[in-house]
Amino acid sequence: MQASPHCPANVPQPSSEEVTSGADIISTVEFNHTGELLATGDKGGRVVIFQREPESKNEPYNQGEYNVYSTFQSHEPEFDYLKSLEIEEKINKIKWLPQQNAAHSLLSTNDKTIKLWKITERDKRPEGYNLKDEEGKLKDLSTVTSLQVPVLKPMDLMVEVTPRRIFANGHTYHVNSISVNSDCETYMSADDLRINLWHLAITDRSFNIVDIKPANMEDLTEVITASEFHPHHCNLFVYSSSKGSLRLCDMRASALCDKHSKLYEEPEDPSNRSFFSEIISSVSDVKFSHSGRYMLTRDYLTVKVWDLNMETKPVETYQVHDYLRSKLCSLYENDCIFDKFECAWNGSDSVIMTGAYNNFFRMFDRNTKRDVTLEASRESSKPRAILKPRRVCVGGKRRKDDISVDSLDFTKKILHTAWHPTENIIAIAATNNLYIFQDKVNSEMH
Amino acid sequence: MGEEEGVHQTQLLDTMFVRGLKRKCFDGEEDVEGTLAGIKAIPSYNLQRQSLLDMSLVKLQLCHMLVEPNLCRSVLIANTVRQIQEEMTQDGTWQMISTQSTGQTSLDRLVSTDILCRSSREQAEGKHVPGYGTLSKDFEGDEGQDSSETMSTASSVQAPRNLQGNVWEMENPQENKGNFQKSLDQIFETLENKSPNSVEDLFSEVDNSYYDLDTMLTGMMSNTKMGHCDGLETFSSPTNTASNSNCKSDLNELDHIVEILVES
Repeated sequence: MQASPHCPANVPQPSSEEVTSGADIISTVEFNHTGELLATGDKGGRVVIFQREPESKNEPYNQGEYNVYSTFQSHEPEFDYLKSLEIEEKINKIKWLPQQNAAHSLLSTNDKTIKLWKITERDKRPEGYNLKDEEGKLKDLSTVTSLQVPVLKPMDLMVEVTPRRIFANGHTYHVNSISVNSDCETYMSADDLRINLWHLAITDRSFNIVDIKPANMEDLTEVITASEFHPHHCNLFVYSSSKGSLRLCDMRASALCDKHSKLYEEPEDPSNRSFFSEIISSVSDVKFSHSGRYMLTRDYLTVKVWDLNMETKPVETYQVHDYLRSKLCSLYENDCIFDKFECAWNGSDSVIMTGAYNNFFRMFDRNTKRDVTLEASRESSKPRAILKPRRVCVGGKRRKDDISVDSLDFTKKILHTAWHPTENIIAIAATNNLYIFQDKVNSEMH
Repeated sequence: MGEEEGVHQTQLLDTMFVRGLKRKCFDGEEDVEGTLAGIKAIPSYNLQRQSLLDMSLVKLQLCHMLVEPNLCRSVLIANTVRQIQEEMTQDGTWQMISTQSTGQTSLDRLVSTDILCRSSREQAEGKHVPGYGTLSKDFEGDEGQDSSETMSTASSVQAPRNLQGNVWEMENPQENKGNFQKSLDQIFETLENKSPNSVEDLFSEVDNSYYDLDTMLTGMMSNTKMGHCDGLETFSSPTNTASNSNCKSDLNELDHIVEILVES
C-alpha cells in the first residue's frame, strides 16, 4: 500500500452538526464509471450526488475535490395495503449506467422498487422570444414591431433529475442488489429468494432467472445475499448465499438459472467450528474484479479472493478483524453479527478494502501482503491531514494509541465503501457522514 | 478513542458477563475476580448451549414482531436453533431438567419454573422434583437432576396453529402473533415431540404474570447465563457432561409462547 493517504476534503452532510437523525444514515455509496460523480443514498430515501472539481494548476491543493452536485428524493415511504406493511424508503443500492450521451443515468432501489433517474445539466437558456416576454407572458401583438432570432445565453448551472422508469412489483422479498449488465441494455435485481432480469426500457415485465424459494417455506435454510453481473461477459453473473457459497450462472444455459454453472465453496475448518460458523460464513457482498478474473467476497470476519477457475477454495483470504472471533456470542446477542459489510477493489485490482467497527476500515495489498487499518472520524482526521494507521490490540503488549478490543464502538460501523474506478480515491460512509480520501502520492503519477 | 468513550461500549459486552462477577475471558487475558470463595465459575458447555438456544428463540420472537423482518437474519437464527436442537437430541440432553440456579436471578422465575416442572412431572410420572434450593455457584458440580421425562417445546405445536401461509412471510401485522406462532411451529416441528401428554397439563399451570415479555427479556439479558456464551466458541465438540443438565429456561420461552397463544 502506498504512503498514507491525504484527506483533501472531508465532506460532512449538512446535518452532521446536529444530533444524528436516522434519515441521514448513508446506506450506499457508488462512483460512476469515470469517477467524476459519486452518488450516496440514505435511509430517508434521498440521493446526493457529488461531482469532482476539475483539477486546476492554479490551486494544486484544491485538485479534485468533491462537491455537492445534486440532491433529490428518490424513494418515499410506502404502505403495502395487502400485507399491512410499511415499505422502507431506504436506498439499498445505487448503480450508475454507462454514460451514452450528455446525460447521466443511475438506478436506485429500495426494498421493492427500482427507479431509473436521468441527470441533465442546463447551463444555457434562450432569450429574445418574439411572442413571449422575459417572464414568459404572451406579448401584446401590437407591440411587436420587428422580429428577432432568440439566442442562447449562459445561465447558472442547473442540474435536473427526472425519473425515467419505475420498475415496480417485481419483488416479493427485499431487494439487496442491482447490477447493470455489460450489454448496457439489461440489468438484474436480486432479493432474498429470487433474481429478476429487466430491460432498461421495459418496466411492465421482468424475467425471473433465479428462484431458490422452496415449495414449503418451512424448508427454507438459505437466502441470496448479493449478486453481480460479470464485467465483460454479459451472460455470466454470480450470486452469494447466507451459507457462504457463490454460484456462477450462465444465462445461455437455460432460461431459469437455478442450476449453477460453478459452485464456489470452501469447506469448513473443523477446528474453528462453533454454533456461529454458519452465520459468520454468510457472504455479505460479492464483487467481480475489474479484470473479470476474480471475485471478492466479504463474510463476517474475512475477505476472500476467488479465482473464477477454482471452485474449491479462495486463492486469498484476509482477516479483517479476527479478534472478534472470541466475541461472537456477544455480537450475536447485540445483532452485530448480522451486519453486512461491503468490499471493494481498487482500479488495478491490486488492493482490496472493506469496513469494520469503530469507524475503522481496512486495506489489503494483494501483492505485498501488507495491510493497514485506518479510521474515518472527524476527531482523527482534519482536511489535508495524513491518516494515521490504527491498531487493535488483543491483549499482551499495548502500544500507545492502540485500541483494545473491548473499547471498540460497535455502533460505529463502516458498512459502505467505494473506490474510484481508476485513481486512489476512496469514499467511506460512516453512519451519516461521508469521508473522501485521496492518495496524493499516487495522484502525481497520473 | 478515549477510555471514557470506550467504557459504555464495554458495557455492551458486559451484558454478557455475570453481574457482579468478572468472568474469565476465554482468551485467557483476564483473571477471574470476585467469585464466591474464589471458585472459578466456568460455565458448562450445556449451560452455554442452553442460553444460546434461549437467546435465539427470543430473537426469533422479536423479529417476528417487527414490521418487516429481515429474512436473512431470521433464517440464520432459525438454522442456529435447529443446529442446537440436533446436537442436543444426539446428546440425549434434550430433556426437561430441574431448575438450576445460575446466580442472583429472580426467584420468581425459578418458582414458576419449578411449579411447572412439578406439575407436569407429578401428573405424568409422579417423579420427585428437586427443589430449586440447590443453589450452587459451581456449575460443574451440580447434582444433575436428570429427569427422564422429556419436555418438548414442540408442545406449542398442539396449540391453535395457523396453517395458512408460512413462517417467513409477514402477511399482516395483526397476524404478528399468528406469525409468531407459525415461526415457532416451524422451528418446533423440527424438534421431537416427546411427551405430548405432559404438555397439556403443563399449560394449565402457567402463571402468566411471570411471562411478560419485558420481564422475561430483562431476566434474559441480565441472566448470568449470558456470560457463558463467550466460552461456547472454545468448545469445538460437545462435551459429555453427564452431571450437568440445564435449567429449563426455554420453558420460560415456551410459557411466553403460551401466553401469546392464549391471548390470541
